[in-house]
Amino acid sequence: MDFLTLLQVLDTSVRLATPLLLACLAGLYSERSGVVDIGLEGKMLAAAFFSAAAAYYSGNAWVGMLAGIGASVALATVHGLASITFRGNQLISGVAINFLAAGMTVLVAQSWFKQGGRTPSLTGSARFGPIELPFAIGPSDAEAAGRPLSRMIAEAGPLQQFYSELISGHSILVYLALLTVPLTWWLLFRTRFGLRLRAVGENPAAVDTAGVSVVWLRYSAVLICGVLCGIAGAYLSTALQAGFVKDMTAGRGFIALAALIFAKWRPVYALWSCLLFGLFQALELRPDIITNLTGFEVQIQLLGALPYILTVVILAGFIGKAIPPKASAEPYIKER
Amino acid sequence: MTAPAIELKGISKAFGPVQANKDISISVQPGTIHGIIGENGAGKSTLMSILYGFYKADAGEIFIKGEKTLIPDSQAAIKAGIGMVFQHFKLVENFTVLENIILGAEDGAMLSTSLGKARKELKHLAEEYGLNIDPDAVIENLSVGHQQRVEILKALYRKAEILILDEPTGVLTPAEADQLFRILDRLREEGKTIVLITHKLREIMDTTDTVSVMRRGEMTATVKTADTSPEELAELMVGRKVLLRVDKVAATPKETVLDIKGLRVIDEKGVERVKGIDLHVRAGEILGIAGVAGNGQSELLEVLGGFAHGTGVIEVNGAEIPLTGHGADGQARRAAGISHVPEDRQREGLIMEYSAWENTVFGYHRDPAIQNGILMDNAGIQAEAQEKMDRFDVRPPNPKLAAKNFSGGNQQKIVLAREIERNPDLLLIGQPTRGVDIGAIEFIHEQIVKLRDQGKAILLVSVELEEIMSLSDRVAVMFDGHIMGERDPAQTNERELGLLMAGITDTSAVADSGDGASEEALNDG
Repeated sequence: MDFLTLLQVLDTSVRLATPLLLACLAGLYSERSGVVDIGLEGKMLAAAFFSAAAAYYSGNAWVGMLAGIGASVALATVHGLASITFRGNQLISGVAINFLAAGMTVLVAQSWFKQGGRTPSLTGSARFGPIELPFAIGPSDAEAAGRPLSRMIAEAGPLQQFYSELISGHSILVYLALLTVPLTWWLLFRTRFGLRLRAVGENPAAVDTAGVSVVWLRYSAVLICGVLCGIAGAYLSTALQAGFVKDMTAGRGFIALAALIFAKWRPVYALWSCLLFGLFQALELRPDIITNLTGFEVQIQLLGALPYILTVVILAGFIGKAIPPKASAEPYIKER
Repeated sequence: MTAPAIELKGISKAFGPVQANKDISISVQPGTIHGIIGENGAGKSTLMSILYGFYKADAGEIFIKGEKTLIPDSQAAIKAGIGMVFQHFKLVENFTVLENIILGAEDGAMLSTSLGKARKELKHLAEEYGLNIDPDAVIENLSVGHQQRVEILKALYRKAEILILDEPTGVLTPAEADQLFRILDRLREEGKTIVLITHKLREIMDTTDTVSVMRRGEMTATVKTADTSPEELAELMVGRKVLLRVDKVAATPKETVLDIKGLRVIDEKGVERVKGIDLHVRAGEILGIAGVAGNGQSELLEVLGGFAHGTGVIEVNGAEIPLTGHGADGQARRAAGISHVPEDRQREGLIMEYSAWENTVFGYHRDPAIQNGILMDNAGIQAEAQEKMDRFDVRPPNPKLAAKNFSGGNQQKIVLAREIERNPDLLLIGQPTRGVDIGAIEFIHEQIVKLRDQGKAILLVSVELEEIMSLSDRVAVMFDGHIMGERDPAQTNERELGLLMAGITDTSAVADSGDGASEEALNDG
């Protein structure tokens, strides 16, 4: 495998890792506050549909994203009501949200667009296009030179290849997702809000007796989770692809949960685990590379299953210990 | 006279049909240690939780330093200068001491400034009150005593003038408890007001200035500690005369039932917890194992009970019992004539969600006498459970109630009823009265002595030294997996045993004052 092919695979990995990363960080906020959220998938799916729909009607990807965030936050609020206010079972609430989103998106899409449960294809400013970073070789350079982009990159030096192929040319949401990692780390470990958030996921009684509202903290975490899932969904339908199709999240919400466990609920580890899982997904699209590298054919289904297998290995305690926040999945009830 | 630090007037609180507090009025003078004593479920913790804003009272008024104060939440209580140390600590276990202290009392949105300020303040508090602690230690690595210190520091950091401690010594070793009381004395000297909730008469007598007694949600009396006695307080708590001393005749031990030679136990972490001990228990005697929790007593019981493995030789009635592999389980042990009242009754002695009658046959459920073909004879078991519960004075005497709905003492009676009624040759009993009301303690002690008098061998493990002293016919002290020595309770005293418990075998300085023992047994709480 040559250097350029490697860069191409990594480039695809970053694109595919982005929704995982956003959803994984979304789950991180929620679970760090003690609310387990297996409804990441549903929230992303709803956001993907409403983003695509709003972007189609408005012709503006940003308007689409806002609509997606709105849909996702609405579902997050439902999850908050069920699990924080009414102290219900968080898993059941999450499952319900997943089913609701799976059914509702297709139903509404069919009713609005009559295209078999999908939105029309998005073009132009209704999508988040790639951003060309300064000094990178991009489509505009190719157009100016009148030569195919791929050939121009192939002729460039390795550093320029690395910069143009891997670093440059992603949509704004990819960069935003990557920025969310240090931001989350800073928020979690350097601010008062972060201290309280981590505390409420470990021992809500400690937070309560310290005179801080458990309910408020958990709601803010669940709402942040909603916003991030919303961005993840918008990315899927308006950046990675051009429109919504049925079940387009394809289990990414669950892979994100697996990545969260793999990352031991830490933001920087979350970045690495999502990139790793993104790489698996990228390789799924290029089975020829594995065949070339290893000499034998690998079932691509195995790659799809790898994130889950690795998570089981982690959970079994083979690679360090993954200790979830102690109070996660437990509704807070003042004891007698 | 200055205004009382705390004055409660007519506080009432009900949880559903249960009236936890009934029209309670109390006044606490500033700069004193005020004890609140009562049995489990008397409403002490509820009352203090109301004062700390954890619950809302149905009726009544709170005055702090003479001013009427509304305390709808913990934030308001903290503002009013009230700090509370709960029985179960409210600490985040994977946070550092410093992070726990600033939680909820941060200065500004950035942590670094808060942490810096708290570090300085903590040093200051440590000097002022003698509360030394490493600010960067992670809570889960601290001893229970030090965790409690963090809770006290948390309250002081929030400028608490009034400190409420709920059963603070329940989880402490005797040495840690002494240390705590020294700290409380120091706090009192500095003008703080302390409310101490406990069910231990001894602590009340030793440390408080004034004591209020609660019974069934009502305040039955408030007296100066100097003017009262443990007997009077016990009577006020229970509502009848209580025998604080165990009434028993001298033992008449017969043949050896349990013989342990060179027992070693290694736990799952690979740590050797029992390091080669020899012990024997004869029929008709009680062997008490004293020691601070965590010195191998639990592992000894677990191996004998068949739910941990060990090496060495254990003989019961002259026959060796297997310590590993096949036959080293609870069922085989029961078949060998061993009954076990485990230390942690809620985890090992009962299934909390199951009803009392089901719990009365667990472990013995294979007994053909309670089978009805391939089905269990549930009606028969229930009838028998009813009889057992009547005999053991379990309240309420309702076999269909889930185990979790009984108080600690009544749960223990259910376990005892199950284990004693099977007529064992050897009874293992761990922490028989942990979390048990004073009235029930009396009953449980009577049952143990009665079993001894029937000629059974009894191995008693307890961290309550008074309990060991008053029940045992022989006392062995465990420290760090070894037996440090054996004493006759009539020929020793708490100081000598205390030294052995700390691993010091040279006890010549304090030995030979047998009189002290019975005196101290009188104060048994």
